[in-house]
Amino acid sequence: MVSSGADARGMIKRRAGVKLWLSAGWLAVVVLAALLAPWIAPKDPLMQDLFLGRMPPAWVAGAEPGYWLGTDSLGRDVFSRILHGARIALTVAVVAGGITCLVGATLGLMAGFLRGWVDVVISRLIDIWMAFPPVLFSILLVAVLGPGLHSIIIAIVVIDWTRFARVVRAEAMGQGAMDYVASAQVAGRGRLSTMLTEILPNVLPTIIVLLTLEMGIAVIVEAILSFVNLSISTDAPTWGGMIAEGRTSVHQAWWVLVFPLITLFLTVLAFSQLGEGLKDRFDPVLR
Amino acid sequence: MQLFRAVLLRLATTAVTLLGVAIIVFVVIRVVPGNPIAMMLPPGATDADVARLTAQYGFDKSIPHQFLIWAGGVLRGDFGLSITARQPVLDLVLGRLPATLELSVMALVMACLLGGVAALTGTRAREGAGEAAIDVANGMALSIPDFLWGLILVLLFGVLWPLFHISGRVTPSLELPFVTNFYLFESVLRLRFDLWADIVSHMFLPALALAIPLAAIIGQLLKQSLKETMHLDYVTLARTKGYGENHVILREALRNAILPTLTLVGVQFTFLIGGTVIIERLFSYEGLGNMAIDAVINRDLPLIQGIVILFAVIFTAVNLCVDLLYAVLNPRLRHG
Repeated sequence: MVSSGADARGMIKRRAGVKLWLSAGWLAVVVLAALLAPWIAPKDPLMQDLFLGRMPPAWVAGAEPGYWLGTDSLGRDVFSRILHGARIALTVAVVAGGITCLVGATLGLMAGFLRGWVDVVISRLIDIWMAFPPVLFSILLVAVLGPGLHSIIIAIVVIDWTRFARVVRAEAMGQGAMDYVASAQVAGRGRLSTMLTEILPNVLPTIIVLLTLEMGIAVIVEAILSFVNLSISTDAPTWGGMIAEGRTSVHQAWWVLVFPLITLFLTVLAFSQLGEGLKDRFDPVLR
Repeated sequence: MQLFRAVLLRLATTAVTLLGVAIIVFVVIRVVPGNPIAMMLPPGATDADVARLTAQYGFDKSIPHQFLIWAGGVLRGDFGLSITARQPVLDLVLGRLPATLELSVMALVMACLLGGVAALTGTRAREGAGEAAIDVANGMALSIPDFLWGLILVLLFGVLWPLFHISGRVTPSLELPFVTNFYLFESVLRLRFDLWADIVSHMFLPALALAIPLAAIIGQLLKQSLKETMHLDYVTLARTKGYGENHVILREALRNAILPTLTLVGVQFTFLIGGTVIIERLFSYEGLGNMAIDAVINRDLPLIQGIVILFAVIFTAVNLCVDLLYAVLNPRLRHG
């Protein structure tokens, strides 16, 4: 029983390692694609050619040479659009994820450690936020703010800060009850200094895991907003926009939907598996 | 007495939450520059026409004033008039609510079934290749949100292997004898199984897309608590009595393991309902969420308000029910 438990733990650890490296590998590919898109994309992602509409991918009969993954209904190169779409997806992931993390973790930390009326106000806000349908709220916000990258980022921050605040608040509360915090206070440390030097380092692993997960969520939210035609502009190469177009012509040109969908799928999976893998790493029980 | 006070407190916080939601939506949709009325009138409309309709809808007043008028109406059951449909918001919203409720409940049932089966087979095959396979499948199902599952299902079972409908709630050419909008429910009551099959075929993929992530959560948590329960003395006792593994899991362990899962399902069910918004859009399913997106695009302010409030009411009601159910089912609280 003991040995099988140790085996199982070893297996879980190995599996977690593989997950971590595979996800990191795919994300590295996406980052490279985003950075190098203007140089490695074979075509201009915005260039339309109505004579080359809905050309199948290179290995299907009737393909047009040079368009590896085929073209959409306006004759734009699917592959080049996916590469350029990576730039928008990653920008949203990093900027929106980062700001959401900063706002949510700060509020959570304050609520969990300072308690009192600060906690009451922040908790009540979280309650209200939890009663909103998040997708509808984000669509509403972007519609109000007007299309554009900044609107998407603001919408994600406004909606998802609770994801961080809820978890960080609970963790900070748990840490705040521990002896070492009391000793720091007795030693004459200020509240703010205790919060930043004692509590924050202890909840940081959780925050990092949440941030990784949030990046995946941000990519999805951008795709959903593009899907309902509210993202940057109808012309911009976004994965969600491509998927929306592909959905309408799925019976005539499956590739317009399939390739951006696979890219989005793998990217979201990679972010989430990276988060899970990091969680296992940070988890002292498994370590 | 203590229980009574707890319930009162709970109702009060719920009221505060709903008021907060109402105020936020109300302000957010009104800070947009531009007049929503101007959009709905034909190009030839005069300024006088715009002004008359603006006054009729109350958009010429200050936001707090508008809110008071609206809130007063709501307390009397009047949610205002939709700008685009020119019908009472309440009628429109209640007309679409059954479609969304049926979809959500079907998804919930599917999630419980899938998650339950995954947890039970995982427990049955613990520490073996079977458990590893279930863990991997669970991890995948958890990482990918409903929106992507919906697209994948459209491709697999709508296009590649067209088993199900991928658009709408029912085939438009069919004659519907229904008096309510609970199509699925009423088709069973009327024993119209031809219609029932058509409705299920339309609902199956969107419901499955909503169910998959929840099924993974249920599967994971239930398996975890089953695992803990399986080591308890009373389960060992059942084993020594000579009961088979299936009996031990289903009749003994499951009973105790299910409570923590139940609480979680409640919270997650509200996320599932929130997910119907985009899933209904994806499958052109004529529910509340699809109407909400149209309302946002058309800037139909009264309708947006009504729908968001209704969603908030549903969410808080689900949470309230779960808490009650937990109190009823948990023996410690019941006899405490």
